[in-house]
Amino acid sequence: MKESRKKWRKVFSLKNLAKSLLIGAAASGMMVTPAQAEELELEKEDLKFGFIKLTDMAPLAIAYEKRFFEDEGLFVTLEAQANWKILLDRVITGELDGAHMLAGQPLGATIGFGTQAHIITAFSMDLNGNGITVSNAVWEEMKKNIPHENGKPVHPIKADYLKPVVDKYKADGKPFNMGMVFPVSTHNYELRYWLAAGGIHPGFYAPHKGDISGQLQADALLSVTPPPQMPATLEAGTIYGYCVGEPWNQQAVFKGIGVPVITDYEIWKDNPEKVFGVSKKWADENPNTHLAVVKAMIRAAKWLDEDNNKNRKEAVKILSQSNYVGADYDVIANSMTGTFEYEKGDKRSLPDFNVFFRYNATYPYYSDAIWYLTQMRRWGQIADHKPDSWYMETAKKVYRPDIYMKAANLLIAEGKMSAADFPAADEDGFRPPQKEFIDGVTYDGTKPNEYISKFKIGLKEADKI
Amino acid sequence: MAARVMNLFESIGFSWLVSIMKLFTLQNPKEQFENLIRNLGVPLFAFAVFLGVWHMAASQIETSLGKVPGPAAVWEQSVGLWQEHKAERVKEVAFYERQDERNAKKLAKNPNAVIKHRDYTGKPTYFDQIFTSLKTVFAGFLLASLIAIPLGILCGLSPIIYTAMNPLIQLFKPVSPLAWLPIVTLVVSAVYSSEDPAFSKSFVNSAITVTLCCLWPTLINTIVGVSSLSSDLVNVSKVLRLNWYTQIIKIVLPSSIPMIFTGLRLSLGVGWMVLIAAEMLAQNPGLGKFVWDEFQNGSSQSLGRIMVAVFTIGFIGFILDRLMLSLQKSFSWDKDAIVR
Repeated sequence: MKESRKKWRKVFSLKNLAKSLLIGAAASGMMVTPAQAEELELEKEDLKFGFIKLTDMAPLAIAYEKRFFEDEGLFVTLEAQANWKILLDRVITGELDGAHMLAGQPLGATIGFGTQAHIITAFSMDLNGNGITVSNAVWEEMKKNIPHENGKPVHPIKADYLKPVVDKYKADGKPFNMGMVFPVSTHNYELRYWLAAGGIHPGFYAPHKGDISGQLQADALLSVTPPPQMPATLEAGTIYGYCVGEPWNQQAVFKGIGVPVITDYEIWKDNPEKVFGVSKKWADENPNTHLAVVKAMIRAAKWLDEDNNKNRKEAVKILSQSNYVGADYDVIANSMTGTFEYEKGDKRSLPDFNVFFRYNATYPYYSDAIWYLTQMRRWGQIADHKPDSWYMETAKKVYRPDIYMKAANLLIAEGKMSAADFPAADEDGFRPPQKEFIDGVTYDGTKPNEYISKFKIGLKEADKI
Repeated sequence: MAARVMNLFESIGFSWLVSIMKLFTLQNPKEQFENLIRNLGVPLFAFAVFLGVWHMAASQIETSLGKVPGPAAVWEQSVGLWQEHKAERVKEVAFYERQDERNAKKLAKNPNAVIKHRDYTGKPTYFDQIFTSLKTVFAGFLLASLIAIPLGILCGLSPIIYTAMNPLIQLFKPVSPLAWLPIVTLVVSAVYSSEDPAFSKSFVNSAITVTLCCLWPTLINTIVGVSSLSSDLVNVSKVLRLNWYTQIIKIVLPSSIPMIFTGLRLSLGVGWMVLIAAEMLAQNPGLGKFVWDEFQNGSSQSLGRIMVAVFTIGFIGFILDRLMLSLQKSFSWDKDAIVR
């Protein structure tokens, strides 16, 4: 393992350069005294950020409500957006200075899938936080195949139990429709991962042939629905299941219209979820403002996880305001306070369902970016084979741990945080190989092509649709 | 004085207020009383029946968000919205205090520092949204009128221009705001870019969409009004050898004004409807966004709040219509013409 990482390092001498820059920045950061730190010359003080009504926008709401933004001299307006497409377009046109984004959005936009624009991120907003919900009718069918213990279904529930249901729909000539929130969303990849792990083909994209529906060769047909409309769409019978962030899985339970079968924590333990994205142009024009924003958000994320989640109840109260998420307190509290309710009454403890700060959740790891790129390649959104070096270069273009560490060092210098809160100064941006996936496949971010070729379903090395 | 006030009430369709005034001054009490019952009692009774039916029906329908809110629940939500508004104002004051303090500190450190007074960054309350919507609809309506009236006069006067314009009018008139909006949004984004814009893009988008949709009734009515100018008047102007400008000001405009106002009234109605749809679709601030946000929130209060918005939208639409009606009445010579 060590060998390969060393080799990787040699291949990308750029990285060494970045690292030395980082250390340099860290050193200079250490010397900043609190008084000086306050003098961060802001290029722009009035900012407008967009978000989607989901509990994982919490760091933004907290940074505003707890006045972390104001502490940095920033006057921020937060504005809910109708869907992920509008949100991305507004960041590109400059109507929004930045936004709560799907981790795949900056990557997808930068490589030109869907929209072409250079978007970067220096702050990862959270880990986990999604679930897959199916309609009551589908759950009844699935339940027959699921082993039970003490009268309750054994979790995690694999897609193997859904397969007979999908096969039956197929045999009857009925399409099995499911919803996800955006073509490059975590939800799309998670739903696909789960389905494929259970032998259900979620379909390929073929952008080079003009096919961006992602339903080629599919057993289950996935289409886009904005997060807050998921329960209504499920209720209307347009889709039989969906993958979405909170509180829209718990909402289905409360409304009695669907059953969450699995959370993304069980599909991939501690998976990266949302990021805070800004356009490269904006970041270049407003470097200090960008740093100040990241500083405020790091503090917000820490506040959210502090002292064993003791602030979560207050956070839920804030999120339930109509201008943020707006769902009922009880619905949001279900997942935000460390539990998750599957079938009505089957409430289980899931302390890490929402992680905002621990496990270095806010650090933008290259390996996280590369995972998203591997899934884009796996499902054909990236039409052609790319060498491993391409994955690294793209990740570096979009993920900016250098900016993150600068902000972190300023916070340390100001005495607001300690060095122990952050990854070590020599962090190379790669998490150690991750094993905890539902299909048991190990992910090593340094070898994207090798990783892709491990899957039974999906494009490999030289495959082309 | 009293007579003028009564005239005003009469002209905006509140004749029951006139009856009450007359009742107080004891002019023919019996007739006034009957008038009052007819003009106020009957509508009130009908409204009460409506509330009753609504209350009964609402309690029967169970949605996934709970029961459909009845009149009481809607009232409760409107009170809640008012309280939210008040609470937000308190936060606003604190915000400005903090800002002033910050600015004072900045000045103390550096007397030449550039100080900026910024608006409150908190959420717009329900009442802020109403205000935004009104502002937008008037901006769009004004722009539409400025285009439609001159263009309508031109088309009405010249058959050639009319024939040239007619296919365009017929083609664009039925287009829905939902179709215009994406085009408007893209064009505005491309054309309207400045560092510190006077109007926000969302405002410009909504206003232009409103303009594009509420242009047509005014335009068509103006054309009809101008082209049905009596030939006697045209002959008089010829005899007097009026120049083109005077002819329009003295003859064409006055005689077509009733029709123009009919058009304007229709336009404002269309504009108000279109605005709400545009705000919902594009997430531009205003009542439409409020409705959409609440629909997305899916909380147990959402349906009630949306109902409050429905009534507000209806009520404001009604007031706008009355406003235009009274304008129309005051501008038409034939005071006995029945206008509803």
